[in-house]
Amino acid sequence: MRTPNEIVAEALAAIHGCADLQALEQVKAGYLGKSGQLTELLKSLGGMPADERKTAGARINEAKQAVEAALKDKRDALQQAELDRQLAAETLDVTLPGRGLSRGGLHPVSKTLSRIQALFHSIGFEVATGPEIETDFYNFTALNIPEDHPARAMHDTFYLQSGELLRTHTSPVQVRFMQKHQPPLRIIAPGRVYRCDSDVTHTPMFHQVEGLWVDESVSFADLKGVLADFMRNFFERDDLPVRFRPSFFPFTEPSAEMDIGCVMCGGEGCRVCSHTGWLEVLGCGMVHPNVFKHVNIDTERFVGFAFGLGVERLAMLRYGVDDLRLFFENDLRFLKQFN
Amino acid sequence: MQFSEAWLRTLVNPSLDTPALAHALTMAGLEVEALEPAAPAFSQVVVAEILSAEKHPDADRLRVCQVDVGESSPVTIVCGAPNAAAGLKVPCARPGAKLPGIEIKVARVRGVESFGMLCSTKELGLPGDAAGLMVLPEDAPVGEDFRAWLNLDDTLITLKLTPNRADCLSMAGLAREVGAVTGTEVRLPQIEAVTPTIEDTVPVQVEAADACPRYLARSVRGIDAQAPTPRWMAERLERSGIRPLLAPVDITNYVLLELGQPMHAFALSRLAGGIQVRMARAGEKLELLGGQTVELAPDMLVIADANGPLALAGIMGGQPTSVEKFTVDVLLEAAFFAPAAIAGRARRLGLSTDSSHRFERGVDFAATRQAMERATQLLTDICGGQPGPVVEAVADLPRRDPITLRLPRLARVAGVTLDADQVARGFAALGAGVERHDDKLIVTPPSFRFDLAIEEDLIEEAVRLHGYDAIPAQPPAAPSRMLPQDETRVADDHLREIMVGLDYQEVITYSFVDPAWETALDPAARPLPLANPLASQLSAMRTTLWGGLIETLRHNLNRQQERVRIFELGRTYAALDQQPVKLGGIAYGSVTPEQWGSAARHVDFFDLKGDIERLFGAAFEGRASAHPALHPGQCAEVLWEGRSVGQFGALHPRLVQAFDLAAAPMLFEIDIQALTWRSLPRHAGLSRFPQVRRDLAFVLDAQTSAGILLATLREAAPPAVRAIDLFDEYRGKGVPESQKSLAIRVVMQDTQRTLTDQEVDDVIHKLVEAAQRHCQASLRA
Repeated sequence: MRTPNEIVAEALAAIHGCADLQALEQVKAGYLGKSGQLTELLKSLGGMPADERKTAGARINEAKQAVEAALKDKRDALQQAELDRQLAAETLDVTLPGRGLSRGGLHPVSKTLSRIQALFHSIGFEVATGPEIETDFYNFTALNIPEDHPARAMHDTFYLQSGELLRTHTSPVQVRFMQKHQPPLRIIAPGRVYRCDSDVTHTPMFHQVEGLWVDESVSFADLKGVLADFMRNFFERDDLPVRFRPSFFPFTEPSAEMDIGCVMCGGEGCRVCSHTGWLEVLGCGMVHPNVFKHVNIDTERFVGFAFGLGVERLAMLRYGVDDLRLFFENDLRFLKQFN
Repeated sequence: MQFSEAWLRTLVNPSLDTPALAHALTMAGLEVEALEPAAPAFSQVVVAEILSAEKHPDADRLRVCQVDVGESSPVTIVCGAPNAAAGLKVPCARPGAKLPGIEIKVARVRGVESFGMLCSTKELGLPGDAAGLMVLPEDAPVGEDFRAWLNLDDTLITLKLTPNRADCLSMAGLAREVGAVTGTEVRLPQIEAVTPTIEDTVPVQVEAADACPRYLARSVRGIDAQAPTPRWMAERLERSGIRPLLAPVDITNYVLLELGQPMHAFALSRLAGGIQVRMARAGEKLELLGGQTVELAPDMLVIADANGPLALAGIMGGQPTSVEKFTVDVLLEAAFFAPAAIAGRARRLGLSTDSSHRFERGVDFAATRQAMERATQLLTDICGGQPGPVVEAVADLPRRDPITLRLPRLARVAGVTLDADQVARGFAALGAGVERHDDKLIVTPPSFRFDLAIEEDLIEEAVRLHGYDAIPAQPPAAPSRMLPQDETRVADDHLREIMVGLDYQEVITYSFVDPAWETALDPAARPLPLANPLASQLSAMRTTLWGGLIETLRHNLNRQQERVRIFELGRTYAALDQQPVKLGGIAYGSVTPEQWGSAARHVDFFDLKGDIERLFGAAFEGRASAHPALHPGQCAEVLWEGRSVGQFGALHPRLVQAFDLAAAPMLFEIDIQALTWRSLPRHAGLSRFPQVRRDLAFVLDAQTSAGILLATLREAAPPAVRAIDLFDEYRGKGVPESQKSLAIRVVMQDTQRTLTDQEVDDVIHKLVEAAQRHCQASLRA
């Protein structure tokens, strides 16, 4: 009969020679199975005298443990090799592009409108809207622009055959809002407006944002403060120069035009600012008492300011767009630059 | 309004250079739009006389001239101009002169030394005929600096005046304003009454005294209308943008520019009887200066004689009574027409004149006679003639009532306290009467200001004179109250972001479209027409977003884009009270961008429907529908709260062809009312008991819609059923012809206990029975 040591040496050689788990299981059966060599050896212990049996048993057990340990190591190694093979087989070229839809984008005018709304929202302005087909009353009369007022000629109004008109500014929303709400109130009204004018610097449709703040103590100094704050935040330029010039709008008094230092040339003078260093960006003023009278707001108790800014103009300056008409041609090659 | 800086400086001369003056004007609310030199920069050009011009010995087209440049001896200049001839006075650039683009040096021209250059207007950068030398008048002073002689060191200033500042539509008014803003003394021309030398008068009868509260007329006989307009006057007219024509006309234009009073001169011999100032009568017509004949409306004021209207008051004179070269006797008119009587009329006739521009905004009613005297003086000085006495008709002139300015109110509106004395001085400098009573100023506006009537008008003036820039910009103080945030409201911007996430690009198209698009998409559409469209393809208010979207699709397909997915969120227009905001979109081309990992496939109906489901955030109810623009078999309407709120589907093949598209785009349009509200989520508790899934395959008529089967099953389902969804549709082998199989997943779960097999079987039995009864659907074997 062979010694346990001989069997172990032979078993280790057989384990070493296994190429896969199946072969390994067969080797295991040959030594440790029901009729495996080491199992048979154990069975033979029964015929031994008691004093020999103890030593022989210990030796056989050592041999068994050695074979089991070798089996485990080999099994682990084979499993690792199998996993490595699988991983290698499953390895991808991760630099290939992803699959599925791409992503669309917002129109630059929408982006600008959102930005304007977010900035004003952050100091408590709510959004109000109004119709684009308007009546003469809301677009003109209630804003202190009576019939035949020369200011009407400045508005190049589109009329419908039914007699209504396309609003020439977002200011009618002021009136509609104040008819329904008493001060204090703080709103902005974004939307489309229309003027029958079309050339390199005018499109017949464009966007404005109207703003209105009415309360017991609102002043021209506050108007300047809010709008300067807005422009500096919109352009993210704390040192942006701003100035206010007297102007005329029938629905505000005092009225002002606001200029900002040219953001294209830094005030040095360029084509965009007509070499003045300044860009006219909005009209504003203190709400005219005649406007308040149309909506029954007590002019002694309340004061307010209003402003109207052109969205395309701000979008052009912010994103460096040099042709207004691009906004409404909707060429995807243009639009996708803002995604 | 354009004017000459040099002219202004003769009236008020602040110690500011041109840019500083322009800045002061702009910051006072008289916006300077443009500054333009009267002539380009050039130097060392003098008035010269050609003494002789001989043919160049070696060049046929050149002449050798002896030129008197005001020095002791003439200089030799070789000249190529065809009109060079002895006796002509011309501008001459001396050696060392710098002209626009060139520098003049002594040069040898084909062997002859030339000491300078005789100039055309073009070489000096001046307007006018460039064919030959610029010919100067005979009285041009030889040797004098050409720029100085023509006052070319001047700047043309263009103002963009706001309609409230009619008082600045004259040199006198501008001078007054500049004086007030800069604190400079103003020197206006002294005007004295002209003594009549004849007795002739024309009677004036003002019927419409409200429209014409003041009318002055004066006859001047025996003038020479062809007398030359003096150079200083022509120059000022030209630099104000008015072309000199004929002395009497130039004079009335000059007074208009100088004093702001529009005037008119009638050819006296053409008048029949006295002057009547009255409203036009129905059917009256008038041939205007320039020959256009207009039909007059009863709200138009006219100057008439016994035979009918002579002039459109305050707007334009008539051709038949206009002053011409051979006119000898004239009737000068200076009047105050009420702004309300003039406003809008010129525009209605398609006219805009210097006169109507001023009368609409308000002309100084206290200076009418001054203007008449000024015009008479200039006319008799320039054209001669004998003036008669002034005939004047006066009725109720506008009032200038005192206005109270409360200084505390001024401080409240301005946000800063202004110095009361300084405010008072400012009003005085503007020509207003000012009295101070404690914390009030009582201000009486001058006759030339039509924009000062209420306290706010004074506040504006006070702040303006103080300087807008001198008001501090302060961050406003307001109570820190949070704004309401309605969680059930979905912002438009959120919908836009969803569409962006679904791979749609936002576009913004015009609200007015080609009416042909509208009727192509829906023959029953009646879009609101514009009365004054810019073009016929922009003449109808859109009732659907699809027209603009299809046009945008075509625009981009024509620019080599193959996959176009666009959306627009905007209003459509049915009536004043019906302008619903809609969200519409188009998907065209491959369902995904061309890529390596999935097969290219054209976007189809169900891709679009999936996008709309994701937009709604849930399955919405969609049912087969008909829309003239959509494929009849691939068209559905979106139902929301039982109401139809939109459609989607494939463009009708007829339109695919009409719009010249290679494939059918998928379109949708939804009223965003259906999208901007969602319910507040409410937690319903989680069941601890297992859920049971059963799959059922129904066979039913191919014509029966899946929607009906699902609705039937959901209707019949007891509360333990959590979800019923379709997961397969199959036609073909194993399913009889004209039938289809729909695979339905039923998920059941009770909140209180585990469902027994028997309970599950009962539910399934109930569902199968309902499907059988309502949809003639049987379980697939």
